[in-house]
Amino acid sequence: MLTFQDIVMRLKAYWARQGCIIQEPFDCEVGAGTMCPETFLRVLGTDPYKVAYVQPSRRPADGRYGENPNRLYKHLQLQVILKPAPDDVVELYLRSLEEIGIDLSAHDCKLEEDNWESPTLGAWGVGWQVMLDGLEITQFTYFQQCGGLDLEVVPAELTYGLERLTAFIQDVESVYDIRWNDRWTYGHVRLADEEQYSTYNFEEADVDFVWKEFRLHESECQRLLDGYRDPGGPLERRRYPLLAAFDQTLKCSHLFNTLQARGAISVTERAQVIQRVRNLAVGVAAAWVDQQRAAAEAS
Amino acid sequence: MSSLLLEVGTEEIPARMIGRARRDLERLFVQEIRALDIHDGVTVRVEATPRRLTLFAESLPARQADRVQTLTGPPRRIAFEADGSPTRAALGFARKAGVPVDELEMGADGKLSVRRLIKGRQAGELLAERLPKLVLGLRFPRAMYWADKGSPRFIRPIRWLVALLDGEVVPFEIAGVSSGRETFGHRRLGLGPHRVGGPDDYLRILQENAVILSSDARSQKIVSEAEAVLPAGCRLRRNERLLKTLVYETECPAALLGGFDSSYLSLPDEVLETVMLVHQKYFAVEDESGALTSRFVAVANSGGDESGVIRAGHERVLRARFNDARFFWNFDQRSSLSDRVEDLKDVTFQASLGSYWDKTQANLAAAARIVESLNLDAGAAAQAMRAVKLAKCDLTTEMVGEFPELQGQVGGLYASAQGEPDAVAEAIYDHYLPLGAAGRIPRSTAGRVVSLADKLATLGGMFELGLMPTGSKDPLALRRAALSVVRIVMEGEMPLALDRLVEVSGAGGHDSDLRKFLLERLRHWLRDAGGFAADVVQAVLAASDEVPVDVLARAQALAEVRAAPEFGSLAVSFKRIRNILDRAGEPVASGGVDESLLAPGAELDLHRALGQVAERVGGRRASRDYAASLREIAVLRPALDRYFDDVLVMAEDIAVRRNRLAFLAGMLEALSTVADFAAIAPDAAPGRTR
Repeated sequence: MLTFQDIVMRLKAYWARQGCIIQEPFDCEVGAGTMCPETFLRVLGTDPYKVAYVQPSRRPADGRYGENPNRLYKHLQLQVILKPAPDDVVELYLRSLEEIGIDLSAHDCKLEEDNWESPTLGAWGVGWQVMLDGLEITQFTYFQQCGGLDLEVVPAELTYGLERLTAFIQDVESVYDIRWNDRWTYGHVRLADEEQYSTYNFEEADVDFVWKEFRLHESECQRLLDGYRDPGGPLERRRYPLLAAFDQTLKCSHLFNTLQARGAISVTERAQVIQRVRNLAVGVAAAWVDQQRAAAEAS
Repeated sequence: MSSLLLEVGTEEIPARMIGRARRDLERLFVQEIRALDIHDGVTVRVEATPRRLTLFAESLPARQADRVQTLTGPPRRIAFEADGSPTRAALGFARKAGVPVDELEMGADGKLSVRRLIKGRQAGELLAERLPKLVLGLRFPRAMYWADKGSPRFIRPIRWLVALLDGEVVPFEIAGVSSGRETFGHRRLGLGPHRVGGPDDYLRILQENAVILSSDARSQKIVSEAEAVLPAGCRLRRNERLLKTLVYETECPAALLGGFDSSYLSLPDEVLETVMLVHQKYFAVEDESGALTSRFVAVANSGGDESGVIRAGHERVLRARFNDARFFWNFDQRSSLSDRVEDLKDVTFQASLGSYWDKTQANLAAAARIVESLNLDAGAAAQAMRAVKLAKCDLTTEMVGEFPELQGQVGGLYASAQGEPDAVAEAIYDHYLPLGAAGRIPRSTAGRVVSLADKLATLGGMFELGLMPTGSKDPLALRRAALSVVRIVMEGEMPLALDRLVEVSGAGGHDSDLRKFLLERLRHWLRDAGGFAADVVQAVLAASDEVPVDVLARAQALAEVRAAPEFGSLAVSFKRIRNILDRAGEPVASGGVDESLLAPGAELDLHRALGQVAERVGGRRASRDYAASLREIAVLRPALDRYFDDVLVMAEDIAVRRNRLAFLAGMLEALSTVADFAAIAPDAAPGRTR
């Protein structure tokens, strides 16, 4: 029986053999692995890149106090970016499933249309949800646009839902019964997160405090973006902290999700707040492309 | 004669787009070979799976026919000098035509001409040029590029191309993929690449590699296997749309029977069916009485399921889905629909129209006016208003969050479970109806009031903001909403005036636009659903477009009586009157006819007859006996015919002329209250087109 961590390690080893950098999780709260700089910024421009990482993804509104066997405030995604998408990318993906013991010739595997769009990131792509015996195990996306920019080179993004995949392989009904290793279960490791963060997001988060935090991060991001208009000489330009500005964008996105879960965003505000976060993301993307281009030209 | 095999190998194309892509590929190919003049006697067939679009063309000519082209040049007097030597113009023409000047001929029209033989080109050469454009000419919603920015777009990446003309590769390239003779089988049950010799070889290779190319064959396999796995006393709940989706989601379909714990059957059928059909793409299984059973049929893209692992997987997923649904149902009962009204403030309806709480207020205002117009009794009115108030509350439930397609139905089921009166629950359940041009309208008056109020308030709100649909842009589906309004009023036989509907909607300064918009839908409905001929619709609307159900009654009456022979000539006479009035070139006041100016005989007779007929017509019309009212008019026919034989309307004497024009205008007005006769085509075509 493959444990949760066996599956993670086997998948990482497989993608490492395909030439991917194996990254560690990004250290800001994000709603999906797509939002990490390793995806959001790396897919911009023409430079090839291959990376795989597990990303804890936090979605405050999806918490269920640990009472629902399939829904989680925080779940773990294995995110793979292949830029450019190789011609045999679907085949590479299917082989990764065989790597974790799934004999696809004995299963029902379908690629069903599922396009992806993130209004806060100004990003969208087309692709599929991969269905294994009726269970969605992976989101497969060919990015088309990111940060409001048409991509120079189309990358493939593979996002494995690690809990679902493991529950399938281990044949358990609840994610909390997943064997993380030989001794401990997923519930043992994660249940407290689910209980406490559900309480925080739905009941305890101080709305004024979170709003204030949102505005602070937003203005810090905007200040940095404004500063990039005149970044100075080549060295100053290269050192200009756009990555720090992007952290601020991600903070805003997460705080927005928290406010949503808390029921603190009115209807009229919602569209405006999404637009505010999107403006930051689009601003960072445009500046980043410029910064990379300047750096490439200088070298 | 040649045969062509073209296979566009792709990654999985969305099932919903494949049927259209097949038809388009065939159409574009036929268009192309026509344009190239290599189409005579050709048969074309296109098949498709999620991973390939395959075109077979048989009996293609090997090359275009040769043809002679005649070029015409300058006339003789410009082409030759007096001494007969060619001018610069003639030399220029010869150069352009590519022949020596002495090969130019003098045509019968006196101009220089030259005939050139155009050699027909080889089909292979032409196809190599045209096929890439043809493939990329297929249009899909949301096409993608998969290489560099600016590279070709298709619905999913193209990974291989087979193009063989009589076994020889037709060479071309699309987005970096070169055509060749290698194909691939099923992703896991087949192998590849395989070398293809020709069409027969191709079909054999696919068959050996677990690809059933024919969509009909896949469809039959699904249906026959599904029926074979069902236990006695059970049958498949057929669903053609689901079947088609599965046909285009598989290359090698295999049906398998699964089951679930019968305790889940306590969930509403709506939920069970939505989970199975829409979310999991399973066929529901019913017993002989038509009731759902605790079984389902899944269709795998596999060679079968001997070990039962696929079945076990699908059962596990379905169990989790049903568990969720049960959890949602129980969780949602913690607060009733009426407790949720305030929560609607957090649900967006439309950016400029605010939340669903705002929407509910608008719906309540509209419903109050409708209820008043319909003179509903106090009890019925209260039930309709209660339903309007609660109708949108299910949008805040977990169940609708999970199954948005069940909005309305969930509200109805919850209302019922929470002890609301049946009439209220049923009205909520039905209030999104009718769904399409053919779907049923709400069952009860209360349901119709809720649905009308909902749609009219949306129309009014959007029109007031000037956001009416333009061209193909209609994001809030306002045309459909307006058609639904018309359908409910007509099919529900609700005596509501068009002006009242507009007033109910609150369209503000744009009320005349909305009136036109609704009238347009009414016209469509009369033609399409009512089946009335265009001139009948025109005639009754010209008489009055005020009350839609009254328009319908008059259209029915007109369609009924117009087949009678006397109506044909009556229509001719009325058209003549309209023409005379239009061409009179002076303002005509109807009524105020001076009897002393009428000539004895035909004119006075018609005047007297009209007096009697108009009275009877008016009486019949008042009692809404429209067919009888129209038949009364027919009595006038002999008097009218005589009038036009004997009387010159445009008389010399101004007073007499004006009096006659006023008389005719008055007659037209008095007799056109049911239908405008002048609008009827006089050939007495049948009143209904179907």
